[in-house]
Amino acid sequence: MQISVRRQDRVTIFDLSGDIDFAHSREVRQSLLREIQESRTPRVVINLSKVHYIDSSGVASLVEGLKASRDLGSRFILFGLSTSAREVLQLSRLIKIFEVYENEEQALAV
Amino acid sequence: MMALYSNPKWLTIVRAAVERLTGTLGFPAEHCRSITRAVDEALTNIVRHSYSNRPDQPITMYFRTAQRQREGEVQNGLEIILCDRGSGADATKWRERPLGEIRPGGLGLHLIHDAMDVVEFSRKDHTNRLRLVKYLGQASLAL
Repeated sequence: MQISVRRQDRVTIFDLSGDIDFAHSREVRQSLLREIQESRTPRVVINLSKVHYIDSSGVASLVEGLKASRDLGSRFILFGLSTSAREVLQLSRLIKIFEVYENEEQALAV
Repeated sequence: MMALYSNPKWLTIVRAAVERLTGTLGFPAEHCRSITRAVDEALTNIVRHSYSNRPDQPITMYFRTAQRQREGEVQNGLEIILCDRGSGADATKWRERPLGEIRPGGLGLHLIHDAMDVVEFSRKDHTNRLRLVKYLGQASLAL
């Protein structure tokens, strides 16, 4: 699992790579919460284009990132969902609570 | 049969194996993903709840073909049995969380039930046994 963070203008962008499963979801959650607290940018964008698989613990990590962002008045945006990642969010009926876009250009444009 | 330890680092290996197996057996891609997801979530539950995150405990998985009669047709399928020797899970306390509820946790069980036609838990001789079955339609299994 690789996690890197970019900041541009007033946006924090997380580039995630690998599977967000039980082996890695804790690391993702900690990174998200720490950076969201520190950066306090109005927009947090999660690049999932190099994430093939997300399990229920990974979904939980994203939900915690969303909640932390909302608490600070920030938007929490996902883009680049794989078929599998989109399915798990749809099955959980949580996809509607996230802002989801196809690519980074769209995610930054809105 | 597949034997592994309860270290989460093996999950990715199991997912790759199950996705390849289900594809080889002729399941459509959507079912390959959902069965793989169910097995992954079941293993995660064993690691978390049965073994309390201890990474060196034994898990054994059995894979075999299954059949059932449905409306005069024989349906072939895949049976997966996961065995562990951890603490006895109280299946009566398993709860799926309400879908769409904005909070972490409780989703894994829903994903297992959503994916599989049969989900049965039992415990005998200090061994927990989770039986998962997914049937194909009338299409025959490739094996």
